[in-house]
Amino acid sequence: MTSTHAAPELSYLDHKVAMYRCQVALRQFEQRAYDLFLENFVKGTSHLSIGQEAIAAGVAAAMRPTDWTFATYRGHAHTLARGVPMTPIFAELMGRTNGLMAGKGGSMHLTSVEHGMMGSYAIIGAHLPIACGAAWSAQYRGTDQVAVAFFGDGSVNIGAFHEALNFAAVWKLPVIFFCENNLWMEYTRTSDVTAVANPAADRAAAYGLESIIVDGNDADAVYEVTSLAIARARAGEGPSMIEAKTYRHGGHSRADPGKYRPDEELAEWLLKDPIPLYRSRLLEMGVSEDDLLVLEADVDAEVETATNEAKAGGVPGEDLLLKDVWADGGASWRN
Amino acid sequence: MAQLTFREAIARGIAQEMRRDDSVVFLGEDVGAAGGVFKGTVGLLEEFGDVRVRDTPISEQAILGAAMGAAMTGLRPIAEIMFSDFFAVCWDIVANEIAKSRYMTNGQVTFPLVIRSGNGGGLRFGAQHSQSVENWAMMIPGLKVVVPSNAVDVIGLMAASIRDPDPVIFLEAKALYASKMDVPDGEIVDTLGSAKVLRQGSNATVVALGSMVPKALQAAEELATNGIECTVIDVRSLVPLDTTTILREVSATGRMFTVEENPRLCGWGAELASIIADEVFYDLDGPIVRITTPHIPLPAADALEDLAIPSVERIVNTIHKSMNS
Ligand SMILES: Cc1ncc(C[n+]2csc(CCOP(=O)(O)OP(=O)(O)O)c2C)c(N)n1
Ligand SMILES: [Mg+2]
Repeated sequence: MTSTHAAPELSYLDHKVAMYRCQVALRQFEQRAYDLFLENFVKGTSHLSIGQEAIAAGVAAAMRPTDWTFATYRGHAHTLARGVPMTPIFAELMGRTNGLMAGKGGSMHLTSVEHGMMGSYAIIGAHLPIACGAAWSAQYRGTDQVAVAFFGDGSVNIGAFHEALNFAAVWKLPVIFFCENNLWMEYTRTSDVTAVANPAADRAAAYGLESIIVDGNDADAVYEVTSLAIARARAGEGPSMIEAKTYRHGGHSRADPGKYRPDEELAEWLLKDPIPLYRSRLLEMGVSEDDLLVLEADVDAEVETATNEAKAGGVPGEDLLLKDVWADGGASWRN
Repeated sequence: MAQLTFREAIARGIAQEMRRDDSVVFLGEDVGAAGGVFKGTVGLLEEFGDVRVRDTPISEQAILGAAMGAAMTGLRPIAEIMFSDFFAVCWDIVANEIAKSRYMTNGQVTFPLVIRSGNGGGLRFGAQHSQSVENWAMMIPGLKVVVPSNAVDVIGLMAASIRDPDPVIFLEAKALYASKMDVPDGEIVDTLGSAKVLRQGSNATVVALGSMVPKALQAAEELATNGIECTVIDVRSLVPLDTTTILREVSATGRMFTVEENPRLCGWGAELASIIADEVFYDLDGPIVRITTPHIPLPAADALEDLAIPSVERIVNTIHKSMNS
């Protein structure tokens, strides 16, 4: 299984091609996840990152394998970008035994500790303090690991966000708070309910942090600002907050058509689609059209294989139901 | 052997484990330089330094989130929530994050952490600083819940909780902080999920927790002068629950009385009553009776608080009446 993770030690151009491949893989994965939802293979809910791929790809490329990602329920892209193969993620969405968590977590809780993917959290803001804890542990143990916590623009008005920022700042923790500002919460525009124009960045100053705003549809720009923030964190210079401007092409979740958004707004952002933009940049830099076609076909094949492998997974049974409440593997609360 | 108060036992238990294991760290509001608002952590900052004993902002979600993130990446944090009523402002981290994440991730993460908190009434602090919330914690799958009733148990159960690989809510009855007892020298390590039979009697079994244990014992002494001999059990740990000991002792006497500080509805005694009714119903000689705080927010006035929380007198009268009816 090919990893979608873009390793920073590649040559300049290979690194960019890897980031492109990552974005294409995230896009194709999400489109297939949507189809599988419509076909009722994916039950419950799912939140896609179509349109926001440059962020997951750019940030993951700036991270080391030992660093930690804390994501929201909109976490498929971040999970893939950290190098988790497609099959267990599709299988998890379908509730199969070969799922990343054997079907016990589902779309909103993707976790793969071995890939540094420390969880996807579905209570708004909750994982920001948790990421602080991981960063504290790195600081205490003297490793140079860094934690990155992603969150949406709607998440800046909940208490945990503010507690985490102050806490990280006063303890100088190696944590990056990364806002994916896609302008919308579920069905409400964030600017309608938020006191400042840049929901995350404008709050940075309140916690003594520099305000960093980046084009979230440009993977290179995301990679650059994240690399700098991570370098500061590793050097013991404390947390950073980055706000990336982006847009989700689809609805909030499930089959939401997103009709509450003005047509012109969507049209404008479709023109800023990160993937064709990055593709043209690679062509300008001398990557051949043929190479890109091969790469894209390769991703298509990966999605196809992974879909089939995931569908072939078993249906979880009672053996899993009472497993792993406790560290001893069981669920018993009495003797 | 030394006489220690319950509050001194807390610092001793934590210190015992911090000396043994560098991965044990401690954080909370006013816990370091001030030694805790209840003086339960005096001396820890001096002995272990401000890298391991950390004062935090007034940010309960950040405190518990930090404990969780640290626990899932190799540390064994102890976090303090000053008053257990304050769990209400960080309950998401407790109930949704810490408690659920191991299960949701199919066992990829563990949370070896302890959250200790001053619990319950008796100090006339009023409703927002006095509730006994053990039932909040008990009803969440994924949390262990430990409630010691004396200084020796504080040390031993604290050590067991810190060494346990799962999240433990460690509730310290504020009413007991000043209580004293002889504590042996040297390391003390107890076992979670083990109830203790403190007194043996043939007529009734009284099951108590935390601050209610000394009252239940005193009530048993008074009842004995009236010819009612009670077994008294200190539950010590609600999760895991030592049903073996409790079922055996209830079967032996044929009667069960619970003494609970939590407000009545969904108190731990209700769960116990259902287990008894389910499994040893035919050993019972009379109804199961729960003696609890009424289902009210706790009042502040001493006279009212004393009426609310089960008293020795109420325990004696309730048992006496029920045994003679
Ligand atoms: C505490 C809490 N409140 C409400 C919700 C319901 N909810 C889920 S996603 C969402 C919108 C979040 O918007 P944003 O932070 O911008 O993230 P996005 O979905 O755009 O990525 C809401 C309100 C929740 N999951 N948790
Ligand atoms: Mg949003």
